[in-house]
Amino acid sequence: MDLVYTAEQEAFRKEARTWLEANVPSRPLKSFDTKEGFEEHREWEKQLQAGGFAMVPWPVEYGGRGANLLEWLVFEEEYFRAKAPARVNQNGIFLLGPTIMEYGTPEQKARFLPKMASSEEVWAQGWSEPNAGSDMANIQATAIRDGDHFVINGQKTWASRGAYAHWLFGMFRTDPDSERHRGLSFILCPLDAPGITVRPIEKLNHKAAFAEVFFDDARVSVDHLLGEEGKGWNVSMSTAGFERGLMLRSPARFQDTAAKLVALYKENEGSCDPGLKRRVVDCWMRAEAYTLDTYRTVSRLLEGGKIGAEASLNKIFWSELDVEMHEVALEILGWRAELLPQASEAQGVGEWLDGYIFALAGPIYAGTNEIQRNIIAERILGLPRK
Amino acid sequence: MRFTFDEDQLLFQTTLRDFLSNECTPEVIRKAWDEGRSHTPALWAQLAELGVPGLLVPEAHDGMGMSEIDSVLLFEEAGRAALPEPVIATAAVAAPLLVELGDEALAGEWLPRIGGGDAIVGVGHEVSPLVVDADVSHLLLLQRGDEVHAVAPDSAEIVAQPANDPSRRLFKVNFDAGDATRVAAGDAGRSLWAAALDRGALAAAAQLVGATDKLITLAAEYAEQRQQFGKPIGSFQAVKHMLANCKVKLEYARPVVHRAAHSVARSVSDRSLHVSMAKVAAADAAQFASRQALQVHGALGYTWEQDLHIWMRRAWSLEQAWGRNDFHRSRVEERVLEASARLGPGRTFRGE
Repeated sequence: MDLVYTAEQEAFRKEARTWLEANVPSRPLKSFDTKEGFEEHREWEKQLQAGGFAMVPWPVEYGGRGANLLEWLVFEEEYFRAKAPARVNQNGIFLLGPTIMEYGTPEQKARFLPKMASSEEVWAQGWSEPNAGSDMANIQATAIRDGDHFVINGQKTWASRGAYAHWLFGMFRTDPDSERHRGLSFILCPLDAPGITVRPIEKLNHKAAFAEVFFDDARVSVDHLLGEEGKGWNVSMSTAGFERGLMLRSPARFQDTAAKLVALYKENEGSCDPGLKRRVVDCWMRAEAYTLDTYRTVSRLLEGGKIGAEASLNKIFWSELDVEMHEVALEILGWRAELLPQASEAQGVGEWLDGYIFALAGPIYAGTNEIQRNIIAERILGLPRK
Repeated sequence: MRFTFDEDQLLFQTTLRDFLSNECTPEVIRKAWDEGRSHTPALWAQLAELGVPGLLVPEAHDGMGMSEIDSVLLFEEAGRAALPEPVIATAAVAAPLLVELGDEALAGEWLPRIGGGDAIVGVGHEVSPLVVDADVSHLLLLQRGDEVHAVAPDSAEIVAQPANDPSRRLFKVNFDAGDATRVAAGDAGRSLWAAALDRGALAAAAQLVGATDKLITLAAEYAEQRQQFGKPIGSFQAVKHMLANCKVKLEYARPVVHRAAHSVARSVSDRSLHVSMAKVAAADAAQFASRQALQVHGALGYTWEQDLHIWMRRAWSLEQAWGRNDFHRSRVEERVLEASARLGPGRTFRGE
């Protein structure tokens, strides 16, 4: 154990900090849940890619920097410190990308990864269906082989980023006689293919961030099958592992929120409930604990370890922390807590309400926290399924 | 940057785990309780053969010459086994305190005896002023303000203070503080006691992690075996979720404790902050797990006969040891809320 950065890691941090300070837009971009904001964010991703920082831990040949996961954590810390824009292609770069690296053919890697790294192609997720939410093995959308194509029928829903994305990844039933998690395949679908209809759904924040996607005899090349036909469940578990912890929710974002929460408390210490002090500091400690656990996990991965069911521990921890931090902030804010950012009396604090509404999704997406608790109990603690 | 343990460290952990699961059984613990003691000389001698009391004793004094990074996993094992021996005071606190006192005669007399298993040293710090196992100690290191006093037990009045955990036997020690007993004072004494507190709280936190792990294991095993409504109660989602919540708390306390061990071993400037964070996280996890484990066991867990309470009592009494959570939370609050605190991403391992 040696919890000190190497000289190379410190030099990389400095390089990233210098670049970000010079390049991060001075005014915040519009939300990527609007068409205009979506395009602004893609522009930013292009700039990030040109600077060599879009995909820090990816191999150079796929548009990455070829650094390791520790350097990626350092980059994330600097990214949040610099208040850089949210990553519009996070479904692609953090979830699907690593999965393609694990399961993709050389052709698929060359075809998809560089355009993903530059956000030329932005990805949406297609896991859930109207009758397959927590019960994901109940997927009913079919992809039936017809020569060198799959013919896809059915419906996906809650497709994050679906409103404006170019591609969607998800699971489809390639064996119509199969049941549960057998007979599913992981397929990459271009959202502009004939027979695919995207209907945006407004989120709790009144913005069209996710979508329903209807497939009506849509034809997708068999080249876009990721992993073996019928083995989609295994492939998806890899993606879910990234989604529940390490990649999608690196610790820096929570440390950033925790530091802002401490600052908010200090500004309002005289006017808010003194009992909130304990909750504020508790949040800060939990954000640090999450960071420490992530460094531990990355160290383990670099020594050849794998991410397994313990990603479910991550998912519960960060999602509950995120809600708690925003709840505490709203309590500190008192009467201003309900104001939207555009209210003149909000004086910049409306972001906390925005953040709170976003945080409320955390315990639901990427598998509800109840499903994560089942996974922990059954797969880590060995309790009986029935 | 590398946040994992070496193979040697993990091997030592496994060795101690195996040893304690054979030698420190609930029967052994209960026998000691029944005889009104917690310390078992034969067990202590075996632990000395493994090197446990002398973990932090320098090799020059016949010890293992290890650091807190090596010992933290071993204290976890002591917690997992509910080991009722005075390992925190003697091995984690007294040995390095005797080194840092810089009194060659005192160090030369006591450190080899600690490592050899021939001396138990009780420590009385004002944050938790009662002294554990004072009646079986050969030397007492006691705080009076800034001063460190080395006191022979037979020159002091030792008054038993019956308490909740028979594995943690507490004593009020009355002694005449004077030139003959004073071995450090002033700034030196203050910094010695600060370091002692960090080491004691770290070792208690590590034991709490081990005890929590054991509480979860006991509850999961029971939930698998106990049948109601024709199936194991562990198949009910309500029970699953209780234990999953315990596991989340445990696994997010563990790295905080490991980082604190690194900070103490390397004398990182924020080490007291890191130790307090560790103690709070570990004690919270242990309190939570002991409540949930009791609930899973139902009425059976509420009996003296069932072994569960051996670990529940450890969870309660170790929270009291080396500063309760209110004390450690206050230390964290002061540090985090002070004007000069530098918080936010990128500062976990570097103060800047």
